[in-house]
Formats: sequence, C-alpha cells, structure tokens
Amino acid sequence: MSALDPNRPSDLPVLLPFALPKDRPAARLRPAHLWLLAGLALVALPAWAQGGAAALSPLEVVIKWAPLLLTGFAFNVAISLMAMAIGTVAGIGLGLAMLAEGWILPRLAWCVTQVFRNVPWLVLLFFVMFLVPFQITVFGLRVPLPDWVKATFGFSLPVMANVAEIVRGAVRSVPNTQWEAAESLAFTRRQTMWRIILPQCAKRMLPPWMNVYSLIAMATVQASIVGVTEMLTLTAQVHAAEGGRPELFAPLYGFALLCFFLYCYPIDRFTAALERRFETR
Amino acid sequence: MIAAIQAWFQQLYETTGFNVTVFYDPYDWDRYVAGLRMTLLLGISTILLSLVIGAVGALLQSGPSRLLRALVNGFVVVFRNTPPLVQIFFFYFGLGTLLPDLRSADGLRAPILTNVQWAIIALSLFAGAFNIEIFRSGIEAVPRTTVEAAEALGYTRFKAYRHIVLPLALRVCLPALNNNLINLLKTTTLAYAIAVPETLYAVKQIWSESQNVLEMMLVLLATYAVLVGVLVWIMHRWERALRIPGYGR
Repeated sequence: MSALDPNRPSDLPVLLPFALPKDRPAARLRPAHLWLLAGLALVALPAWAQGGAAALSPLEVVIKWAPLLLTGFAFNVAISLMAMAIGTVAGIGLGLAMLAEGWILPRLAWCVTQVFRNVPWLVLLFFVMFLVPFQITVFGLRVPLPDWVKATFGFSLPVMANVAEIVRGAVRSVPNTQWEAAESLAFTRRQTMWRIILPQCAKRMLPPWMNVYSLIAMATVQASIVGVTEMLTLTAQVHAAEGGRPELFAPLYGFALLCFFLYCYPIDRFTAALERRFETR
Repeated sequence: MIAAIQAWFQQLYETTGFNVTVFYDPYDWDRYVAGLRMTLLLGISTILLSLVIGAVGALLQSGPSRLLRALVNGFVVVFRNTPPLVQIFFFYFGLGTLLPDLRSADGLRAPILTNVQWAIIALSLFAGAFNIEIFRSGIEAVPRTTVEAAEALGYTRFKAYRHIVLPLALRVCLPALNNNLINLLKTTTLAYAIAVPETLYAVKQIWSESQNVLEMMLVLLATYAVLVGVLVWIMHRWERALRIPGYGR
C-alpha cells in the first residue's frame, strides 16, 4: 500500500486491479459449519423419528441402499475420468491447432472451440446420444456402442473445447522473449513448442484443468436424463423400491448431494492451494 | 412474406427431405416459440435473482455477524461443489413434496410452487453462490480509504455499500460476472429434467413427433448460439456503459 507499486500508475489509493481471489481462500468450511449442521440434525431428527414406526426411517433407507448408490457414484466418477482423458487429448490437439500458423487451420479450430464451449452441455449430450448410431461397423466387425460410451463421448466434447481454451491461454501467457530466445538458438517452431513453451505451460494449466474436471464430474449426473443408469437414475429407482414415499426424496437426493460434495470439495480446495502456490513464485 | 418462407421450407422438405417443421408447420412453430419464451423467462428471472443473491450475500459476508458469515460461506461452498441437476431435484422433489399442498377451486391438489418456480429458485441459488464470490472479490478491490471517506460523510454501513462500494465493485467484476451469467443461461436447459417446457423440451417434443431429429438438433444449436450471442452482446454494451474512465488497460 505505502510504497510505489510498479504495476500501478500512481500510488494514490485508487481502485485496485481486479483478480479473482487467490491469496485469501474464499469461502471454505470451518468448524462453525459443523455446529450449524449438528443443530439442524437436532431439529430434523425428532421429526423423522415420529413418522418411522412402521416403515423404515429415511436414515435407515439411505444406509440400506448406500452400497448400490455408491456403485452408481463410482460409475459417475469413471465416466468423468474417461471423458476427461479423451477430452484432454483432443483439447490439446485443438488448442495447438488454434495456435498453428496458416490461415485456415486456426480459424477452423477457433470455430469448433467456440461452438462446443457455447452450447449447453445437455444439448451436446442429446446431440451425441441421438445422432451417433448404437453400433458401428469397422472392417466388417460390428462394435456395439452402449449408452454410457456415447455419454462419455458427449461429455468429452465440452471438455475438449475448454481444454483447448486453457492451452491457448497458457501458451499466450508465456512471454514472447521465450519464443525469441528459442529462435535465436535455432530451434524450429515445433521444437520450441514441445520442448520450451509447453513444459512451462503445464504448471499454469493445472489449476484451470482441475476446475474443468470438477465441472465435468458434477455434469455426469446429466447422463441420467438421456437414460444412462448412473447415480441419479439409481436414486429414483431406490425411491420407487421403497414405496415412493414423498418424505424419502429429500434424504435420498441429499445423499447424492453429499457424495458429490465430498468428492468435489477437496478438488476445489486443492485447486485453490495450487493456484496460491504458483502465484507466489 | 411469412407464407413465402413457409412455402420455401415446405418445398425444401419435398425436394431434399430436409424437414424443418418449425418453419412451415404453425403448430410446431407455436410450440417452439413457447419454449423459447420459457427459456427467456427462466434466463431473465434467474439472472436478476442471482444478482440480488450475490449482492446481498456479499454484504452479509463482509458483515459483523459471525453466524451470518458462516451461513453465507456454507451456502457458497455447498452450492459451488454439488451438481446443479441434483440441486434442482433436491428442491423440486425433496423440498417440494415436504411443503403442504393447496387446494384449487375445483378441489384438486395444487403444489404451492410449480416446477417453473422451483427451477427458478434452484438455478438462482446455484448461480447466486458463484455471484457472491465474484462480488466479494470486486468489493476487495475497492480501497479501504473510499469506505472510510463514506463513513466520514456519515453514511451507514448499508448506505455506503449500496451507493458507493457496490457500484464500484460491480464495475470492477463485470467480466467475471459475464462468464457466470452466460453459464447460467446455458444451465437453464437443466430445467428440462423437471419437465419445464423450455426450448430443449419443446424441441424434443417436436422431433419425437415429426421424426426430424437432425434438423431440430441444428435448430436447437443455432437457437442457443443466438441466445448466448445476444447475452454476450448485451453484457458488453453494459460493460462499456458502466466503464470507469481511466481504469483498466
């Protein structure tokens, strides 16, 4: 505050440059939240106990079906990991295509990126589910494409576009002098890219890449809308199997929320920690 | 004019088999427009509501009450790290069935909140959680001395927030806000899952009846491309109109 900051045009107290918070961890869980939850449980539990004389109480239902629901959740995680792997490989290719020299290739890659980034994920999922055939014939060999494979492919499309943007942004953020230095050392363009620029980018790309992963992990539940049997589908089936009692909806979907929260919150914290670490360098 | 367009698309279907029913069948057209209207309703109402949630949440988050701060923080953390679709289900099925029913005039059960209203609530809360974070980072960019100057002029904390801090913070965090609002517009498709008749729902009805999946898919893609494009344009206009002279590069 006091000394002259070279990044600021003057040392008068003007509006500070805007950046999403990195130094101070934004919202995070603290012990206070535990007390809040405990208080909520104290209020809610007696209400459950009253209704549960003949039928199972909601808590018992959740515990009874937890193994099945967790299998569904594991399937969600598996889909997200595969979609991320496919999307990352394709996205790096697309990102490099956007940075390529020439006229047609970068423009084409840019159009593809914009389309897949700006269309809702659910629409893309519908697109793949309805327009990709249920089996393909390769060299006379019939390969069946089950629903979940198509869904994985559908999720990898937006991942591809987002990763492409990340790659492009990261490469652009490497100072020009690096390119010039490599050129003066007689590196070709390809060598410069692979041996000098991209290794420096990997570190910058990690936090946004993990953000994308967290988003795709949360998006996999959308597969239930197009008929893939995953956690939300199973939750609805469990609810029907328990007699479709309306008071079971909240605990069952609450359990799904909890699973995703326990999975995504550590990723979120880890991403924030990584960002802070790279920031201070 | 309209008749000519309809005739052209009819002829396109007869000559090439490219069947874009919405452009010549008035019934499909009406459904499509109704869906578009619902998407616009969802989009506009959730954007406005989420902005209010963001502004109020950011005020509470910097407030003196520890309990309120903890509540807002918990809200942000939970809504940022859970899937929006599960949130919608939780609200619509979970909380919707716990609320008492009303009786309509002819004795039928009518829920207090319809699926459209639940979708608006759930989506606004989801986007609001992100907006709180964005507004907070904007507020942090406002120098402490500005707030002190307001205090010296006798502003209360709320008045200073409303008239001085928030207008500055809003201008500073507009780019991040843009991204989130565009994301919100795309997330409104999730309302499909609780049978809100928005664009995706209407288009799906049309393609299952007219058997023209590919054509309607293309219409759907184009629709969202235009909607997102219009929102981007509006937000850029707004950004330019609110620009602080001399600030930024």
